[in-house]
Amino acid sequence: MLRFVIRRLLYAIVVLWLVSTLVFVFLNVSPVPVERVIGGPRATTDTLRQIRQNLGLDQPVLLQYWDFIKRLLQGNLGESYINGTPVTSLIADRLPTTMWLVFGAGVIWFVGGVATGVLSATRVRSVWDRSSTLFVLIGLSTPPFVMALVLLFLFATKLSEAGVHFFEAGPPLQEHFFRRMILPWIALAFLMVATYTRLTRGAMLDVLGEDYIRTARAKGVSERRVVYRHGLRSALTPVVTQFGIDLGALIGSTIVTEKVFGLQGVGQLVYQSIALGDTPVIIGVTLMVTMFVVVANLIVDVGYSFLDPRVRLS
Amino acid sequence: MSYSELEAEALPVDTGQAGVQGRSPFQLAWRRFRRDRLAVASIVVLLLIVLFAVLAPVWESWTGHPYDATFPKTGLNPDGLPAGPGGDFWLGADQLGRDVLVRAAYGARISLVVGIGAAVLASLLGVAVGTLAGFVGGVLDTLLARLMDITLALPYLLVAIMLATTFQISSVGASLTMTILVIAFFSFAAFGRIIRGQVMSLKEKEFIEAARSLGASRVRIMFVDVLPNLVAQVTVLTSLLIPTSIVFEATLSFLGVGVRLPMPSWGSMLGEGSDVFQTAWWLLAVPGVLLLLTTLSFNLLGDGIRDALDPRSDRVVRGK
Repeated sequence: MLRFVIRRLLYAIVVLWLVSTLVFVFLNVSPVPVERVIGGPRATTDTLRQIRQNLGLDQPVLLQYWDFIKRLLQGNLGESYINGTPVTSLIADRLPTTMWLVFGAGVIWFVGGVATGVLSATRVRSVWDRSSTLFVLIGLSTPPFVMALVLLFLFATKLSEAGVHFFEAGPPLQEHFFRRMILPWIALAFLMVATYTRLTRGAMLDVLGEDYIRTARAKGVSERRVVYRHGLRSALTPVVTQFGIDLGALIGSTIVTEKVFGLQGVGQLVYQSIALGDTPVIIGVTLMVTMFVVVANLIVDVGYSFLDPRVRLS
Repeated sequence: MSYSELEAEALPVDTGQAGVQGRSPFQLAWRRFRRDRLAVASIVVLLLIVLFAVLAPVWESWTGHPYDATFPKTGLNPDGLPAGPGGDFWLGADQLGRDVLVRAAYGARISLVVGIGAAVLASLLGVAVGTLAGFVGGVLDTLLARLMDITLALPYLLVAIMLATTFQISSVGASLTMTILVIAFFSFAAFGRIIRGQVMSLKEKEFIEAARSLGASRVRIMFVDVLPNLVAQVTVLTSLLIPTSIVFEATLSFLGVGVRLPMPSWGSMLGEGSDVFQTAWWLLAVPGVLLLLTTLSFNLLGDGIRDALDPRSDRVVRGK
C-alpha cells in the first residue's frame, strides 16, 4: 500500500515536471510579445529592451528554464509579468470562486445523476426510464456554453424584464451568493447529470443481475433494502471513482462557465493571462490544475481499495 | 464461435425460416439498424444538415448576401439593432448586419469537417497507439500507456487555448487544420486506452493461440486476427467521438481560439452575438438549435450503430 502511494507520488511529480516543461516550451515560442503589452503601442525599442531585461527574458532560453525549475522546486511560481503580483496570491484570490462553482455543481450532478440513474434502473423500459434516457442524450449533446447562454437568456434577461431578478452580476461573491451561483451551477452540472445518470443506471443494472441480489430477494429482504443496501452500495463504487476524477478535471474546464456568467475565477484568470502573454500566471494555473487532476486520481485509486476489498493495489 | 451459432443468436426465433440463406454480419447489423427508428431519423436529419452545408453557396446567391459581407442599411434598423427573421434576411441578421442563414450554412461546413476530421484522426491515432501498446507489450506498452495517462491528465481546454494562441494563425485553412489537430490530440488517449484493453483481452483468446500454433507471424496475427475484431468497437467509438469533437470545436471558436474569422462557425456566431441576445434571440436560437440538432443526431446514430453491431448489450438490459 505504502509502496503504491510512493510510486504514484513519484509518477505525479514526473507528470507535473513534464507538463510544466511542455507549457514552458509552448510559451517560449509564443508570439504574444509581453513587452509590447506592458510598454504599450508607443514604447520605444529601448524601453521594450529594458522591459525584456527586467523580466529576465534576454537570457538564453536554457538559463531561463533552469531558473524556472529552480524556483518551482522552492514552491515559488514567480510573479505576474503584468503587475508583479506573486502568482500564488493571484491564484489564491481566484481559487475560492472556482472551487465553489465546481463543488456546488458537483453536489447537484452527483445527487441528480445517481437519483435519476437508480430510478430508471429499477423501472427499466418504463415511461420514466425512456424519458430519462432522452434527457441523458440531450444532456450529452448540449455544449456547456450553449446551456449557459440559454440559462442566462431565459433567467437573467427574460425574467428580469418581467421584474423577477434571478441573477446578480458583479463582485463581491459573498453578496447574493446563491442567486449568483445557481445558474452557473446548473449550467455546469447539466452535462454531468446526464453522464452520471447513464453511469449509475448501467452500474445498477449490472449489480442487480448478480447472484447475491437474487439470494437477498429469495431470503425475503424487502425490495427497498435490496435496491439501496445491497444494490446501490456496490453500484456506487465506479460512480464515486468517476466523481473524484471529474471534480479534479473540472477545475480546469470552468473557463467557459466563468466567462459567460462573469465569475472571476481561475478560468477567467488564465483566459485573460493567455491574451496578455503573462507566462508565469499561465504556467502557475496549468500546474495547479494538473495537480488537482493527479491528486484526485491518486485519492480515487487509494479510496478504491477501501471501497472494494477485491481490488489489490500493486 | 461458429458462424451458425452467431446467426442463431442474432436473429429472432420467429424469422427462423427466412434465415436459410446465409447473411454476413454486416447484413445482420444493417437489418437491426433499419428497425431502429430513432437512428434512421437521425440519419435523415444529418443528411439534411449536410445538404444545408453543401448548398451554402446556393443560399449565398439566392439571398445575395455573401457570408462575410455586412449590410448596415438593410440588416440593421436605425437604432443599430439587427433585423429579425423574415423579409430580406430569412433567419435574421447579426450584430454587424450579416446574414445569419448564410453564415449558419458555412458554419455547418466547419462543424461537420472538424467533427468528422478530428474524430477520424483521433481514432486512427488511438487504434495505432492502443494496438501497439496492447499487442507488443513490454517497455513499449509502459511508455505508450503512460503517454496516454499524461495526455488525459492535461487540462485540455487550457492547453488547447494555449496552443491556439501560441501558434497564432491568421489564415482560415491553417486554423482549421490546427483545430482538428488539437481536438484529435486530446481525444486519442481515451480511445487508445479502450483499444489497448480490447487488444490485451483478444490476445489471450484461443483463436489467436491457434493462429500462432499454425505458424502465423506476429504482423499477420495483428492485421488478420486482431484488427478485424476491433472494427465494431472502433466504428462505435468513432461515431460517438464526432459529436464530442463538434462540441469541442464550438467551444474553442466560442472563446475565439478556434476557426479564425472571417469564416463563421456556430461557436463563434454564439460568441460574437452573445452581447445582443436580449434583443436578437435568433442569434442564440439559430446556431444553438443547429448545434444541438447535429450533436444529438450523431449521438443517436452512434447509439444505433452500437446496438446494431452488438445486439447483446441491449438484450442483457431487456432481460431484467
